[in-house]
Amino acid sequence: MTRLSEGFPRGRTALVCYLMGGDGDTAALLQAIDEAGADVIELGLPFSDPIADGPVLQAAATRALSNGATVKGVLALAGKLRLRAPVVAMGYMNPIERMGAHVFAKNLKDHGLSGAIVPDLPLEEASPLRDTLSDQGLDLVPLVAPTTPVERAKKIAKTARGFLYYVSVTGVTGARASLPDDLANRLAELRTISPVPVAVGFGIAKPEQAAALKGKADGIVVGTALVKTAHEGGPNAAAAFVRSLRSVL
Amino acid sequence: MKEMQPVLSGETVSPPDARGRFGEYGGRFVPETLIPALDELTEAWTRARADAAYTAELATLLETYAGRPTPLFRADRLAKEVGLAKVYLKREDLLHTGAHKLNNTLGQALLARRMGKKRVIAETGAGQHGVATATVCALLGLECIVYMGELDVARQAPNVSRMKLLGAEVRPVVSGSRTLKDAMNEAIRDWVTNVRTTYYCIGSAAGPHPYPLMVRELQKIIGEEIAVQALNAEGRLPDAVVACVGGGSNAIGALHRFVREPAVELYGVEAAGHGLDSGKHGASLARGQPGVLHGSRSYLLQNEDGQISEAHSISAGLDYPGVGPELSHLRDQGRLKLLCATDDEALAAFQVLAKSEGILCALESAHAVAALRKLPPRQFIVVNLSGRGDKDLGTILEALK
Repeated sequence: MTRLSEGFPRGRTALVCYLMGGDGDTAALLQAIDEAGADVIELGLPFSDPIADGPVLQAAATRALSNGATVKGVLALAGKLRLRAPVVAMGYMNPIERMGAHVFAKNLKDHGLSGAIVPDLPLEEASPLRDTLSDQGLDLVPLVAPTTPVERAKKIAKTARGFLYYVSVTGVTGARASLPDDLANRLAELRTISPVPVAVGFGIAKPEQAAALKGKADGIVVGTALVKTAHEGGPNAAAAFVRSLRSVL
Repeated sequence: MKEMQPVLSGETVSPPDARGRFGEYGGRFVPETLIPALDELTEAWTRARADAAYTAELATLLETYAGRPTPLFRADRLAKEVGLAKVYLKREDLLHTGAHKLNNTLGQALLARRMGKKRVIAETGAGQHGVATATVCALLGLECIVYMGELDVARQAPNVSRMKLLGAEVRPVVSGSRTLKDAMNEAIRDWVTNVRTTYYCIGSAAGPHPYPLMVRELQKIIGEEIAVQALNAEGRLPDAVVACVGGGSNAIGALHRFVREPAVELYGVEAAGHGLDSGKHGASLARGQPGVLHGSRSYLLQNEDGQISEAHSISAGLDYPGVGPELSHLRDQGRLKLLCATDDEALAAFQVLAKSEGILCALESAHAVAALRKLPPRQFIVVNLSGRGDKDLGTILEALK
């Protein structure tokens, strides 16, 4: 068990909350969602060309970068807070390569983060970063998609540390009116092959959707809807939204 | 000469390896959702390439529809202007749709049809790849959607009209720098969303494996023709081959045949925009650092934090902060020599070529022509004239005011 997988409580579906670092008052927002009951926090590292993100998270990254946010700055900010929930960085490969994988790993560790999720780093390219993070006791969380064949999902699951991230829909991040019919089956299959908790994300925006997934995954990830709420209503609105999600899980 | 020009000829002696790596460059850096589609594409491409029916249909279309082989023209008045002995122009500007891009889109659209994909998406900068994709989709009866940065939609209006007349839908992209880089981001997002039904037709020798390999294999006919035509015209291979470099498809197409010929120098000409030290240029190979963008590792224009910089060039096709992985590898090996031309130098070269030879070339190709003045004196030079200039007349007239 790593600190990240310990963020998934036994007997209850965990709530994984995503915020974009550097978009708004990140320190106040992180503290607010931590106090409101987030079990795991994903801290977005802004990138100029986020190919896996829909319009809301693209706009959040653009705002963060035009506010002068940097990857190192965002990590340092998280390190100053005393958060209850484990924090995992979510960012694209280029800023990590530019910084250097070793420096990135050291930054995560020094600032108290638990690992990283890199959406443009598939299985075949992942081992150097996974090993570098592992040397510092940090987890690289891999992703599985609806298009991933079962045999490949097994190979990915074997490398998973912290948790396994299942992408619920073929597409980019962002709210969806409905989720695929076979989602529960895919999640059940993944939970039998994964040695670590399985969280499901992409498209989950409302408490009703969260409630429908209760018990079907080890955790649900809410990103776009929370970023939008935080941007429009600030820390109080973000905390209220997190509480509304926690209450149905 | 035609029988000496087998399409998709030659062994693939050079990289990439099985993972799509050219040295340290290339690979696949895309969301997991796309990996099975890239595996499917690699398999379909490998099978098609070995299938005589596919290569024969492509060969027929390249000859009877696109107009291959394109001529190699001896440009004596231009040579005199730039102080060189013999300059030949490889006339890709005479290909149907006005640029080399059709070589690639014909091959990829035939592949899309074989794979049963009815919806084709593409990104475009100058609009030449968009037009070439729209053209082959019309030819084969496929739906076509082209992503194009809003800024490029404005400065390449004739190509936007051409795509629409060919039945394609042009979707302006308003994010980021609103140019080619952002159009490619948006096309990748579309593909992630519609991957089961959609074929993504990439125009540059860039993107995740197998695209850099596939686009090179479809474009390398340019250099293979140059070799044959040079032997016919001069009895030997040229001393140097020169091509402009944006993403790199015309460059790798013209140069690939000569990588294994140590006596032939290879020159890539990048956009220096307002000057290499101005911060406003598109010289990824000369001034970039290795990184990951649009699915592969290559040289990129980026800042200290790893954020991608906005490129600048008067030519929309060179206005891109990345470059293909194979050219990145050839640069590191020292095989590819780098030159650059500023906006002003390209404009001047456009005029020199127009008045000395009666050819209005694309602003992209004008960069390659401009670099002739910077070459060491060589007897026999071939310049790849990748496209014609009709699309740029508005930009050029405005700049010359």
